[in-house]
Amino acid sequence: MAGRAQIPTKSSALIAMIADEDTITGFLLAGVGNVDLRRKTNYLIVDSKTTVKQIEDAFKEFTTKEDIAIILISQYVANMIRFLVDSYNKPVPAILEIPSKDHPYDPAHDSVLSRVKYLFSAESVASGRR
Amino acid sequence: MSGQSQRLNVVPTVTMLGVMKARLVGATRGHALLKKKSDALTVQFRQILKKIVSTKESMGEVMKTSSFALTEAKYVAGENIKHVVLENVQNASLKVRSRQENVAGVKLPKFEYFNEGETKNDLTGLARGGQQVQLCRAAYVKAIEVLVELASLQTSFLTLDEAIKTTNRRVNALENVVKPRLENTINYIKGELDELEREDFFRLKKIQGYKKREIERQMAAAKEFSEEQFAEKVSLQKGISIKSAHNFLAAATEKDEDIIF
Repeated sequence: MAGRAQIPTKSSALIAMIADEDTITGFLLAGVGNVDLRRKTNYLIVDSKTTVKQIEDAFKEFTTKEDIAIILISQYVANMIRFLVDSYNKPVPAILEIPSKDHPYDPAHDSVLSRVKYLFSAESVASGRR
Repeated sequence: MSGQSQRLNVVPTVTMLGVMKARLVGATRGHALLKKKSDALTVQFRQILKKIVSTKESMGEVMKTSSFALTEAKYVAGENIKHVVLENVQNASLKVRSRQENVAGVKLPKFEYFNEGETKNDLTGLARGGQQVQLCRAAYVKAIEVLVELASLQTSFLTLDEAIKTTNRRVNALENVVKPRLENTINYIKGELDELEREDFFRLKKIQGYKKREIERQMAAAKEFSEEQFAEKVSLQKGISIKSAHNFLAAATEKDEDIIF
Protein backbone atom coordinates (compact mmCIF):
# COMPACT_ATOMS: atom_id res chain seq x y z
CA MET A 1 0.00 0.00 0.00
CA ALA A 2 2.90 2.33 -0.54
CA GLY A 3 1.30 4.14 -3.43
CA ARG A 4 -1.79 5.20 -1.61
CA ALA A 5 -1.97 8.56 0.10
CA GLN A 6 -1.81 8.39 3.81
CA ILE A 7 -4.94 9.43 5.65
CA PRO A 8 -3.99 11.70 8.46
CA THR A 9 -5.77 11.29 11.76
CA LYS A 10 -6.19 14.62 13.42
CA SER A 11 -8.07 15.66 16.49
CA SER A 12 -9.40 18.78 14.87
CA ALA A 13 -9.56 20.10 11.36
CA LEU A 14 -11.37 22.88 9.56
CA ILE A 15 -14.03 23.04 6.91
CA ALA A 16 -13.10 25.33 4.04
CA MET A 17 -15.62 26.98 1.77
CA ILE A 18 -15.73 28.47 -1.69
CA ALA A 19 -19.23 29.74 -2.32
CA ASP A 20 -21.47 32.74 -2.78
CA GLU A 21 -21.97 35.29 -0.08
CA ASP A 22 -25.25 33.99 1.29
CA THR A 23 -24.09 30.42 1.69
CA ILE A 24 -20.90 31.57 3.36
CA THR A 25 -22.84 33.81 5.70
CA GLY A 26 -24.99 30.90 6.76
CA PHE A 27 -22.08 28.62 7.46
CA LEU A 28 -20.19 31.36 9.24
CA LEU A 29 -23.21 31.84 11.43
CA ALA A 30 -22.98 28.15 12.28
CA GLY A 31 -19.41 28.77 13.30
CA VAL A 32 -17.11 27.17 10.76
CA GLY A 33 -15.26 30.35 9.88
CA ASN A 34 -11.65 30.69 10.89
CA VAL A 35 -9.08 33.45 10.58
CA ASP A 36 -5.49 32.55 11.25
CA LEU A 37 -2.66 34.71 12.49
CA ARG A 38 -1.88 36.07 9.07
CA ARG A 39 -5.48 37.14 8.59
CA LYS A 40 -6.05 34.33 6.13
CA THR A 41 -9.58 33.06 6.03
CA ASN A 42 -10.68 29.49 5.41
CA TYR A 43 -13.39 30.65 3.00
CA LEU A 44 -13.64 32.53 -0.26
CA ILE A 45 -16.68 34.59 -1.13
CA VAL A 46 -17.37 34.36 -4.83
CA ASP A 47 -19.25 37.24 -6.38
CA SER A 48 -19.44 38.79 -9.80
CA LYS A 49 -16.07 40.45 -9.36
CA THR A 50 -14.19 37.30 -8.40
CA THR A 51 -11.94 36.02 -11.18
CA VAL A 52 -11.43 32.38 -12.05
CA LYS A 53 -7.78 32.79 -11.16
CA GLN A 54 -8.69 33.75 -7.62
CA ILE A 55 -10.94 30.71 -7.27
CA GLU A 56 -8.23 28.46 -8.64
CA ASP A 57 -5.69 29.83 -6.22
CA ALA A 58 -8.05 29.44 -3.28
CA PHE A 59 -8.87 25.88 -4.31
CA LYS A 60 -5.22 24.97 -4.61
CA GLU A 61 -4.46 26.61 -1.30
CA PHE A 62 -7.26 24.82 0.52
CA THR A 63 -6.38 21.43 -0.93
CA THR A 64 -2.76 21.72 0.11
CA LYS A 65 -3.41 23.07 3.59
CA GLU A 66 -2.79 20.58 6.35
CA ASP A 67 -5.56 21.53 8.71
CA ILE A 68 -8.47 21.36 6.28
CA ALA A 69 -10.48 18.16 6.14
CA ILE A 70 -13.45 19.12 4.01
CA ILE A 71 -13.86 21.70 1.26
CA LEU A 72 -17.36 22.84 0.46
CA ILE A 73 -17.65 24.33 -2.98
CA SER A 74 -20.75 25.70 -4.66
CA GLN A 75 -21.56 23.80 -7.74
CA TYR A 76 -21.56 26.76 -10.08
CA VAL A 77 -18.16 27.72 -8.71
CA ALA A 78 -16.97 24.16 -9.17
CA ASN A 79 -18.12 24.34 -12.78
CA MET A 80 -15.83 27.32 -13.31
CA ILE A 81 -12.80 25.28 -12.26
CA ARG A 82 -14.17 21.92 -13.34
CA PHE A 83 -10.86 20.67 -14.69
CA LEU A 84 -9.21 21.25 -11.33
CA VAL A 85 -11.99 19.59 -9.37
CA ASP A 86 -12.09 16.58 -11.68
CA SER A 87 -8.36 16.07 -11.65
CA TYR A 88 -8.27 16.19 -7.88
CA ASN A 89 -8.26 12.63 -6.57
CA LYS A 90 -6.94 12.64 -3.04
CA PRO A 91 -9.15 11.34 -0.23
CA VAL A 92 -8.31 14.14 2.21
CA PRO A 93 -9.43 16.88 2.09
CA ALA A 94 -12.74 15.78 0.67
CA ILE A 95 -14.27 18.00 -1.98
CA LEU A 96 -18.00 18.44 -1.58
CA GLU A 97 -20.11 20.17 -4.16
CA ILE A 98 -23.08 21.88 -2.59
CA PRO A 99 -26.06 23.52 -4.22
CA SER A 100 -26.27 27.26 -4.01
CA LYS A 101 -29.33 29.40 -3.72
CA ASP A 102 -29.30 31.01 -7.13
CA HIS A 103 -28.23 27.99 -9.12
CA PRO A 104 -30.18 24.75 -9.29
CA TYR A 105 -28.27 21.64 -8.37
CA ASP A 106 -27.42 19.34 -11.22
CA PRO A 107 -26.23 15.91 -10.10
CA ALA A 108 -24.79 15.17 -13.52
CA HIS A 109 -22.01 17.71 -13.01
CA ASP A 110 -20.85 16.43 -9.68
CA SER A 111 -17.53 14.69 -10.20
CA VAL A 112 -18.13 12.08 -7.54
CA LEU A 113 -21.80 11.57 -8.18
CA SER A 114 -21.16 11.02 -11.88
CA ARG A 115 -18.76 8.25 -10.94
CA VAL A 116 -21.31 6.84 -8.54
CA LYS A 117 -23.88 6.94 -11.32
CA TYR A 118 -21.50 5.29 -13.72
CA LEU A 119 -20.92 2.45 -11.26
CA PHE A 120 -24.58 2.25 -10.50
CA SER A 121 -25.77 2.29 -14.09
CA ALA A 122 -26.31 -1.46 -14.08
CA GLU A 123 -28.47 -1.28 -11.00
CA SER A 124 -30.11 2.00 -12.00
CA VAL A 125 -30.68 3.22 -8.49
CA ALA A 126 -29.51 6.74 -9.08
CA SER A 127 -30.78 7.18 -12.60
CA GLY A 128 -34.41 6.88 -11.60
CA ARG A 129 -34.19 9.67 -9.07
CA ARG A 130 -33.01 12.56 -11.13
CA MET B 1 -0.56 -17.62 -24.89
CA SER B 2 2.17 -16.03 -22.90
CA GLY B 3 1.02 -17.81 -19.77
CA GLN B 4 1.44 -21.21 -21.33
CA SER B 5 5.07 -20.99 -22.27
CA GLN B 6 6.18 -19.20 -19.15
CA ARG B 7 7.88 -21.02 -16.39
CA LEU B 8 10.40 -20.23 -13.75
CA ASN B 9 14.02 -20.90 -14.50
CA VAL B 10 14.83 -23.68 -12.06
CA VAL B 11 16.86 -26.84 -11.85
CA PRO B 12 14.54 -29.84 -12.19
CA THR B 13 15.10 -31.66 -8.94
CA VAL B 14 12.87 -33.24 -6.37
CA THR B 15 13.70 -30.51 -3.86
CA MET B 16 12.73 -27.84 -6.37
CA LEU B 17 9.51 -29.70 -7.04
CA GLY B 18 8.72 -29.58 -3.32
CA VAL B 19 9.51 -25.88 -3.17
CA MET B 20 7.36 -25.15 -6.22
CA LYS B 21 4.47 -27.15 -4.81
CA ALA B 22 4.70 -25.21 -1.55
CA ARG B 23 4.69 -21.98 -3.49
CA LEU B 24 1.68 -23.06 -5.50
CA VAL B 25 -0.18 -23.86 -2.29
CA GLY B 26 0.76 -20.45 -0.94
CA ALA B 27 -0.36 -18.72 -4.12
CA THR B 28 -3.67 -20.57 -4.08
CA ARG B 29 -4.33 -19.61 -0.48
CA GLY B 30 -3.34 -16.01 -1.13
CA HIS B 31 -5.62 -15.91 -4.12
CA ALA B 32 -8.55 -17.22 -2.07
CA LEU B 33 -7.91 -14.70 0.70
CA LEU B 34 -7.58 -11.78 -1.67
CA LYS B 35 -10.73 -12.83 -3.42
CA LYS B 36 -12.55 -12.79 -0.09
CA LYS B 37 -11.13 -9.38 0.70
CA SER B 38 -12.23 -8.07 -2.65
CA ASP B 39 -15.73 -9.41 -2.04
CA ALA B 40 -15.90 -7.83 1.40
CA LEU B 41 -14.75 -4.50 0.01
CA THR B 42 -17.27 -4.68 -2.79
CA VAL B 43 -20.09 -5.27 -0.32
CA GLN B 44 -18.96 -2.25 1.66
CA PHE B 45 -18.58 -0.27 -1.53
CA ARG B 46 -22.14 -0.97 -2.62
CA GLN B 47 -23.48 0.06 0.76
CA ILE B 48 -21.55 3.31 0.56
CA LEU B 49 -22.81 3.94 -2.95
CA LYS B 50 -26.39 3.62 -1.81
CA LYS B 51 -25.76 5.87 1.17
CA ILE B 52 -24.08 8.48 -0.99
CA VAL B 53 -27.03 8.68 -3.32
CA SER B 54 -29.55 9.04 -0.51
CA THR B 55 -27.41 11.53 1.42
CA LYS B 56 -26.87 13.64 -1.68
CA GLU B 57 -30.59 13.95 -1.98
CA SER B 58 -31.14 14.84 1.63
CA MET B 59 -28.35 17.36 1.25
CA GLY B 60 -30.37 19.19 -1.38
CA GLU B 61 -33.31 19.28 1.00
CA VAL B 62 -31.28 20.49 3.96
CA MET B 63 -29.52 23.15 1.93
CA LYS B 64 -32.87 24.43 0.75
CA THR B 65 -34.16 24.63 4.32
CA SER B 66 -31.09 26.42 5.55
CA SER B 67 -31.14 28.88 2.68
CA PHE B 68 -34.72 29.61 3.47
CA ALA B 69 -33.88 30.09 7.12
CA LEU B 70 -31.18 32.55 6.14
CA THR B 71 -33.61 34.47 3.99
CA GLU B 72 -36.01 34.63 6.90
CA ALA B 73 -33.26 35.84 9.19
CA LYS B 74 -32.28 38.48 6.65
CA TYR B 75 -35.82 39.64 6.30
CA VAL B 76 -36.29 40.00 10.03
CA ALA B 77 -32.87 41.20 11.09
CA GLY B 78 -32.11 43.33 8.08
CA GLU B 79 -29.76 42.94 5.15
CA ASN B 80 -26.74 44.11 7.10
CA ILE B 81 -26.68 40.97 9.26
CA LYS B 82 -24.20 39.39 6.90
CA HIS B 83 -21.74 42.17 7.46
CA VAL B 84 -22.03 41.59 11.20
CA VAL B 85 -21.45 37.89 10.68
CA LEU B 86 -18.53 38.39 8.31
CA GLU B 87 -16.90 40.80 10.70
CA ASN B 88 -17.30 38.49 13.65
CA VAL B 89 -15.24 35.63 12.27
CA GLN B 90 -12.33 34.75 14.50
CA ASN B 91 -11.77 31.15 15.35
CA ALA B 92 -13.77 28.22 14.15
CA SER B 93 -16.00 26.84 16.85
CA LEU B 94 -17.33 24.08 14.65
CA LYS B 95 -14.54 21.76 13.71
CA VAL B 96 -14.06 18.36 12.17
CA ARG B 97 -12.38 15.40 13.73
CA SER B 98 -11.15 12.58 11.54
CA ARG B 99 -10.54 9.04 12.60
CA GLN B 100 -9.90 5.82 10.78
CA GLU B 101 -12.10 2.87 10.31
CA ASN B 102 -10.74 -0.48 9.26
CA VAL B 103 -12.60 -2.50 6.65
CA ALA B 104 -10.78 -5.68 5.61
CA GLY B 105 -7.41 -4.04 6.08
CA VAL B 106 -8.35 -0.84 4.27
CA LYS B 107 -8.31 2.28 6.35
CA LEU B 108 -11.31 4.46 5.70
CA PRO B 109 -11.48 7.98 7.05
CA LYS B 110 -14.50 8.99 9.05
CA PHE B 111 -15.25 12.59 9.83
CA GLU B 112 -17.31 13.86 12.66
CA TYR B 113 -17.94 17.45 13.62
CA PHE B 114 -17.81 18.83 17.10
CA ASN B 115 -18.33 22.14 18.83
CA GLU B 116 -15.35 23.77 20.39
CA GLY B 117 -15.74 26.81 22.59
CA GLU B 118 -18.71 29.10 22.62
CA THR B 119 -20.09 30.68 19.52
CA LYS B 120 -19.30 34.31 18.96
CA ASN B 121 -22.49 34.94 17.11
CA ASP B 122 -24.64 34.63 20.19
CA LEU B 123 -25.35 38.30 20.27
CA THR B 124 -25.97 38.65 16.58
CA GLY B 125 -29.40 40.00 15.92
CA LEU B 126 -29.89 41.07 19.47
CA ALA B 127 -31.63 44.22 18.32
CA ARG B 128 -34.16 42.40 16.22
CA GLY B 129 -34.70 38.99 14.74
CA GLY B 130 -32.60 37.12 17.27
CA GLN B 131 -34.96 34.17 17.18
CA GLN B 132 -34.73 33.84 13.42
CA VAL B 133 -30.97 34.19 13.50
CA GLN B 134 -30.66 31.38 16.01
CA LEU B 135 -33.01 29.22 13.94
CA CYS B 136 -30.93 29.93 10.88
CA ARG B 137 -27.83 29.00 12.82
CA ALA B 138 -29.39 25.71 13.87
CA ALA B 139 -30.38 25.02 10.27
CA TYR B 140 -26.85 25.56 9.07
CA VAL B 141 -25.39 23.40 11.82
CA LYS B 142 -27.76 20.70 10.64
CA ALA B 143 -26.55 21.24 7.10
CA ILE B 144 -22.97 20.88 8.28
CA GLU B 145 -23.90 17.62 9.96
CA VAL B 146 -25.22 16.19 6.70
CA LEU B 147 -22.33 17.58 4.71
CA VAL B 148 -19.74 16.11 7.05
CA GLU B 149 -21.39 12.74 6.79
CA LEU B 150 -21.45 13.04 3.04
CA ALA B 151 -17.80 14.04 3.03
CA SER B 152 -16.78 10.96 4.97
CA LEU B 153 -18.89 8.77 2.69
CA GLN B 154 -17.33 10.35 -0.35
CA THR B 155 -13.82 9.95 0.97
CA SER B 156 -14.54 6.32 1.83
CA PHE B 157 -15.90 5.89 -1.67
CA LEU B 158 -12.71 7.15 -3.28
CA THR B 159 -10.47 5.15 -0.95
CA LEU B 160 -12.46 1.96 -1.39
CA ASP B 161 -12.55 2.39 -5.13
CA GLU B 162 -8.78 2.57 -5.17
CA ALA B 163 -8.44 -0.38 -2.76
CA ILE B 164 -10.80 -2.56 -4.77
CA LYS B 165 -8.89 -1.82 -7.94
CA THR B 166 -5.61 -2.75 -6.30
CA THR B 167 -7.03 -5.93 -4.79
CA ASN B 168 -8.60 -7.03 -8.06
CA ARG B 169 -5.37 -6.40 -9.87
CA ARG B 170 -3.60 -8.62 -7.37
CA VAL B 171 -6.23 -11.33 -7.60
CA ASN B 172 -5.95 -11.36 -11.37
CA ALA B 173 -2.18 -11.32 -11.28
CA LEU B 174 -2.15 -14.34 -8.98
CA GLU B 175 -4.74 -16.17 -11.00
CA ASN B 176 -3.45 -15.47 -14.48
CA VAL B 177 0.28 -15.04 -14.08
CA VAL B 178 1.71 -16.51 -10.91
CA LYS B 179 -0.34 -19.68 -10.68
CA PRO B 180 0.01 -20.80 -14.34
CA ARG B 181 3.71 -20.11 -14.16
CA LEU B 182 4.08 -22.24 -11.06
CA GLU B 183 1.97 -24.98 -12.57
CA ASN B 184 4.04 -24.92 -15.72
CA THR B 185 7.19 -25.16 -13.67
CA ILE B 186 5.82 -28.10 -11.72
CA ASN B 187 4.83 -29.86 -14.93
CA TYR B 188 8.23 -29.19 -16.38
CA ILE B 189 9.99 -30.59 -13.33
CA LYS B 190 7.73 -33.62 -13.29
CA GLY B 191 8.36 -34.30 -16.96
CA GLU B 192 12.04 -33.87 -16.49
CA LEU B 193 12.05 -36.24 -13.50
CA ASP B 194 10.04 -38.83 -15.45
CA GLU B 195 12.52 -38.60 -18.25
CA LEU B 196 15.35 -39.24 -15.82
CA GLU B 197 13.50 -42.19 -14.36
CA ARG B 198 12.91 -43.72 -17.76
CA GLU B 199 16.56 -43.30 -18.58
CA ASP B 200 17.48 -45.01 -15.35
CA PHE B 201 15.04 -47.80 -15.97
CA PHE B 202 16.37 -48.36 -19.45
CA ARG B 203 19.91 -48.45 -18.18
CA LEU B 204 18.95 -50.97 -15.50
CA LYS B 205 17.23 -53.13 -18.08
CA LYS B 206 20.24 -52.94 -20.29
CA ILE B 207 22.56 -53.96 -17.48
CA GLN B 208 20.20 -56.69 -16.45
CA GLY B 209 20.19 -58.11 -19.95
CA TYR B 210 23.92 -57.93 -20.13
CA LYS B 211 24.25 -59.75 -16.83
CA LYS B 212 21.80 -62.40 -17.90
CA ARG B 213 23.70 -63.06 -21.04
CA GLU B 214 26.93 -63.20 -19.10
CA ILE B 215 25.47 -65.72 -16.68
CA GLU B 216 24.16 -67.82 -19.51
CA ARG B 217 27.53 -67.82 -21.12
CA GLN B 218 29.20 -68.84 -17.89
CA MET B 219 26.61 -71.51 -17.36
CA ALA B 220 27.23 -72.83 -20.80
CA ALA B 221 30.96 -72.79 -20.24
CA ALA B 222 30.58 -74.58 -16.93
CA LYS B 223 28.36 -77.16 -18.52
CA GLU B 224 30.77 -77.72 -21.29
CA PHE B 225 33.58 -77.97 -18.80
CA SER B 226 31.72 -80.48 -16.65
CA GLU B 227 30.81 -82.52 -19.73
CA GLU B 228 34.39 -82.49 -20.78
CA GLN B 229 35.47 -83.61 -17.38
CA PHE B 230 32.86 -86.35 -17.43
CA ALA B 231 33.99 -87.47 -20.83
CA GLU B 232 37.58 -87.49 -19.71
CA LYS B 233 36.71 -89.56 -16.69
CA VAL B 234 34.87 -92.02 -18.85
CA SER B 235 37.65 -92.19 -21.36
CA LEU B 236 40.23 -92.61 -18.63
CA GLN B 237 38.28 -95.57 -17.41
CA LYS B 238 38.27 -96.91 -20.92
CA GLY B 239 41.93 -96.16 -21.26
CA ILE B 240 41.62 -93.74 -24.05
CA SER B 241 42.84 -90.28 -23.77
CA ILE B 242 40.08 -87.80 -24.05
CA LYS B 243 42.21 -85.68 -26.23
CA SER B 244 42.85 -88.37 -28.75
CA ALA B 245 39.23 -89.44 -28.64
CA HIS B 246 38.23 -85.93 -29.14
CA ASN B 247 40.61 -85.50 -31.93
CA PHE B 248 39.61 -88.70 -33.45
CA LEU B 249 35.98 -87.78 -33.17
CA ALA B 250 36.57 -84.35 -34.51
CA ALA B 251 38.69 -85.68 -37.32
CA ALA B 252 36.13 -88.35 -38.07
CA THR B 253 33.26 -85.90 -38.23
CA GLU B 254 35.23 -83.67 -40.46
CA LYS B 255 36.22 -86.35 -42.86
CA ASP B 256 33.37 -88.74 -43.12
CA GLU B 257 29.87 -88.22 -41.99
CA ASP B 258 28.70 -91.74 -42.55
CA ILE B 259 30.91 -93.37 -39.99
CA ILE B 260 28.89 -94.90 -37.27
CA PHE B 261 30.20 -96.42 -34.15
